[in-house]
Amino acid sequence: MDIKRRNFLKVAGITTLAGLGGTAVVGRLVASSGLAQAAGGQGAAQAGQANLNGNQTNPGVKRYGMIINLKSFRDDPTLGEKIVEACHSYNNVPDVPNPKDEIKWIWMTRYENAFHENYHLYRDEATEKQELPVLCNHCDKPPCVRVCPTKATFRNRDGVVVMDYHRCIGCRFCMAACPYGMRSFNYIEPAPYISNLNQNKPRRMRGVVEKCNFCVGRIEVGQLPACVEACGESKALVFGDLNDPDSEIRKLLRENHTILRNPSLGTLPSVFYIV
Amino acid sequence: MYDSGKIIPGLLIFVLFVTIPIWYNRGTAQAVPEIVLPKDVESCVLPLAAIRSDHMKLLMTWRDDVLRDGDRSTFEIEGKQYQKSLTLTCLQCHANKEQFCDPCHTYVAVRQPNCWDCHFAPVE
Repeated sequence: MDIKRRNFLKVAGITTLAGLGGTAVVGRLVASSGLAQAAGGQGAAQAGQANLNGNQTNPGVKRYGMIINLKSFRDDPTLGEKIVEACHSYNNVPDVPNPKDEIKWIWMTRYENAFHENYHLYRDEATEKQELPVLCNHCDKPPCVRVCPTKATFRNRDGVVVMDYHRCIGCRFCMAACPYGMRSFNYIEPAPYISNLNQNKPRRMRGVVEKCNFCVGRIEVGQLPACVEACGESKALVFGDLNDPDSEIRKLLRENHTILRNPSLGTLPSVFYIV
Repeated sequence: MYDSGKIIPGLLIFVLFVTIPIWYNRGTAQAVPEIVLPKDVESCVLPLAAIRSDHMKLLMTWRDDVLRDGDRSTFEIEGKQYQKSLTLTCLQCHANKEQFCDPCHTYVAVRQPNCWDCHFAPVE
């Protein structure tokens, strides 16, 4: 069967027209649905911004968080040292004398170091003098996790930002990304600087980044983090599930005015402070 | 054959050269190391052949289950519960790293795995 040039051009022309017309119609359809989506997205973003605590009602999914009651730390000045000691001895955190090589998971610092955004010239005396504990905020939107090239740091199913030291290549992107400076890098072999070895927990090696992990091994078997346990009955630190409306931490959040570290960054920290 | 006087000695030298590892190390073969097995336990977490060939894979699977998936569930062997843990399961029976891990790893020239940079071998 011969195809005449005339017939071929007819078929080609009709096909081209149908193709162009078809894409135009499809493009229209996509554009209109895309507009609707964008509008919805904007609404969701606004809702997210209005609610700094992230997703408040998310049944079945945990989001662990902590409340730090600074009043208890004012009442008992030794408490700070106690929680740091409890954490660092439980987790085999080395005590390196050179501040440049220091490894810290939780430590006491001054108000202006923790709350840059809430800092002004005319501070009250209590705030001026007091040291307060800082630790990893276990953000709902953790910037450290976004930048990690090996997924060594990730947000686990319970909302805890944890480290997989097996995967860490020591690039320190996460340290640059964390706006709170809560991560430490092992510039030197940490083993000689661990005084009280906890044989059941691993230590770290040179060349990995480490930080607080809410004692993930303890909370997964139903225990409290070491620092919370060290507070005893004082309720200076309260740990719990932020997605459970009946939890103690949510009750405290309802009853008290709490502040976050640098909330404008939008990282949605899970560590709250009662000043 | 042209130049057989050069080619044949050359081939001989070549064969000797590529077989250096065989004749240089002859007679130094070591006996397969005898492993000291824990006395009061009958069975390991896997059958003998499987644990010999796949213990490294098992440890990696445990690591990913526990660390990445947060699955710290225990498993039962002979009525006893075990955790997915090098320190809390393996090393409880195989308490001596020098006698249990090292001989075979040295024998097969598998360099020391970096487990021990962070995880503790029990102190004798």
